[in-house]
Amino acid sequence: MTANVYQLTAKEKRFIGWHFIVAVAALSIGSLFGPFQAMEHAGWDFYEKFLNPIFHSYYEGLTLHGVLNALIWTTFFITGFMTFLIIYGLKRPLRYPKLNALGFWMMVVGLVIASIPILLNEASVLYTFYPPMKAHWAFYVGVTLVVVGSWIEGYGFYLTYYKWRKENPKTRTPIIAFMALITMVMWQIATLGAAAELLVDLIPWSLGLRQGLDPQLDRTYFWWTGHPLVYFWLLPAYISWYTFLPRQAGGKLFSDSLARFSFWLFLLLSVPVGFHHQYVDPGVPEGWKMVHSLLTYSVFFPSMITAFTVVASLENAGRARGGKGLLGWIAKLPWNDPSVLAQLLAGILYFFGGIGGLINASYNINLVVHNTSWVPGHFHLTVSTAVTLTFMGILYWMVPYLTGKELWCKKCAVIQVWLWFIGMTIFSNAMHVVGLLGAPRRTPLGQAPYIPEEWAGHLLRVGIGGIILLISVYMFITIMVGSLVTKKKLSEELEPPVADSLLDPQTTPRWLDHWAPWLIGATILLIIAYGPQLIYQIGTAQFTSPGFRVW
Amino acid sequence: MANKHESMHIDPYEKTWIIVSILMLIIFFGAVTVAGLSFGVRVPDPVQRVDPNDLAASGTFAEPGLKEVAPKRYEAYIVAQTWSFNPREIQVPAGSIVKFYVTSKDVQHGFKLQNTNVNMQIVPGQVSSLAVKFDKPGEYDFICTEYCGVGHAAMYGKVIVVP
Ligand code: HEM
Ligand SMILES: [Cu+2]
Ligand SMILES: [Cu+2]
Repeated sequence: MTANVYQLTAKEKRFIGWHFIVAVAALSIGSLFGPFQAMEHAGWDFYEKFLNPIFHSYYEGLTLHGVLNALIWTTFFITGFMTFLIIYGLKRPLRYPKLNALGFWMMVVGLVIASIPILLNEASVLYTFYPPMKAHWAFYVGVTLVVVGSWIEGYGFYLTYYKWRKENPKTRTPIIAFMALITMVMWQIATLGAAAELLVDLIPWSLGLRQGLDPQLDRTYFWWTGHPLVYFWLLPAYISWYTFLPRQAGGKLFSDSLARFSFWLFLLLSVPVGFHHQYVDPGVPEGWKMVHSLLTYSVFFPSMITAFTVVASLENAGRARGGKGLLGWIAKLPWNDPSVLAQLLAGILYFFGGIGGLINASYNINLVVHNTSWVPGHFHLTVSTAVTLTFMGILYWMVPYLTGKELWCKKCAVIQVWLWFIGMTIFSNAMHVVGLLGAPRRTPLGQAPYIPEEWAGHLLRVGIGGIILLISVYMFITIMVGSLVTKKKLSEELEPPVADSLLDPQTTPRWLDHWAPWLIGATILLIIAYGPQLIYQIGTAQFTSPGFRVW
Repeated sequence: MANKHESMHIDPYEKTWIIVSILMLIIFFGAVTVAGLSFGVRVPDPVQRVDPNDLAASGTFAEPGLKEVAPKRYEAYIVAQTWSFNPREIQVPAGSIVKFYVTSKDVQHGFKLQNTNVNMQIVPGQVSSLAVKFDKPGEYDFICTEYCGVGHAAMYGKVIVVP
């Protein structure tokens, strides 16, 4: 059976592994602050007494939390995972491994360059770095290098795919490589906004080469990237749910063609929706907000396809394991496998995240929740659970696969996953509720003078959830380190659990394997959704804001 | 291996699901549109550009504060700056309609009037505006909801609605 399994070389495995090491290291520092923020909300302030000489303030911590978790943990994990998906999917080595190595090292250098000013409290501008707050230039340069490094890794994937296509003109692109490529292309379109903001505005401005900026225009650039960033995190998790989870659970992918179709729709619809983060911005006309609201709702459609296909694939697995009746198959799923468990629980919380997302997407109901703690409550279900817990689950099989050694303490991993689920349920629910009551986000609520008595119980739950998550996150780190240093070799090499499709993928229609129509469609949608406003906002820009250091 | 038939295979259940999804989409969007057009739930729309370095030149923000434009109709001009609102407090009688105009002298801020539908991003160079009717007497805090520096948590003001 293992005879026709494609083998990655030790060198390739090491290269992928380094992505994960940086990712987990970033998470280990970034996630330290989440629980401290949560405890601060509950009235237990550790910043003055405990963190102070090393980490200077709540906001230095919050900057680290946002940057290291949302930007670094995700990007390094994803590029590493994609490298695997491309090589193993196409069953050929990277065309130019040195190019990919260059991209990786550029990301590492960018991370170091960005981290220094943050740690020196010279860049406490949070991970959205809205001007006219002005960080040290090194912060912007570092972030830019991380993005450009990820692009270069992407070019390496494209060139590999191009070569593979030459060698296999008639074959459908294997689904895991196909999905990785779409995700990368979406990312490269999405990051054009941040690239414009950083290269044209923030870097020259922070170096003193430009006097003033127009903060409204920079918000528009930022959110061109900011929303699809979310899909850059989510799509790799979807890849795992579509193509690994069914096999891990003992079944098959329910529908190859709809899985591919949904990814094309994500490519089309992820980017032209950024104004839904600017519903209450003064400089964006109401009509355009409504247009983006409509486009945002359209993303609901491929999400529903995803939900159906993933659940149907799981049902297929549960029945293959002897599950009977309408719901009997659920109990038969391998809940004791930490990788499967992590992804199932991630999916369950994601369901609630999705409902919250529908609320946020409504351009007028958003008035109630904008910039309240409802919003972090929401995205700790999405990026911090659906994505992060899924990535943890992937690492639970991937690390043994890469090292050839056993997962250290599988039981601990099961407990870790449950703790995350429980902690996040408590934390996120409380954050949603207190947000509806009016609590602002990005605020050390323990210090705020306007907190009514009735919030106290909810803020306490925020803190309790935070403590449970603190335990969970360091259990995860310990398991990762333990698995790296353990001496217990696996008895036989692991086969990556890639699911077969119920139907032969070769029967998937050819138009689902052609790039040009979809890329043209994405461009047209972008021109419609953003063109007029970009021309208008650039044309009427007033570059009057000097920089401020307010921390 | 030969003779592979290409087709977009869609399971009957899945087809139903897709149709239901599309219907739900239409309903959601209908609800949002109705709320916007019929119930008058509005979001900010561009009003005016100002120079954040010279708000006096803007005319309207030369003297921030409350202006009565008609009986029980007011305009409130508020300047956000690190880390306070100017003015910090305004007073209106119950039943008043107040249109808020808020801008920033320095970095971005937020303006969320608790227990109302007023919630705006305050961006230097721009003026954010929404109106609200105060039916019930009481105190309504307006708080800054965007990170604006170390003093952000203390930045708030009050609308006092007197009977
Ligand atoms: C370990 C458990 C975690 C806890 C207890 C936690 C807690 C928090 C809290 C309380 C806030 C709000 C702070 C504020 O608005 O003042 C926050 C913000 C945030 N968290 Fe987490 N978090 C955790 C893990 C994560 C993870 C894994 C990610 C991403 C992968 C993440 C991403 C973010 C982001 C992007 C923000 C917003 C930062 C900003 O407003 O600039 N968090 N977190
Ligand atoms: Cu979004
Ligand atoms: Cu503020």
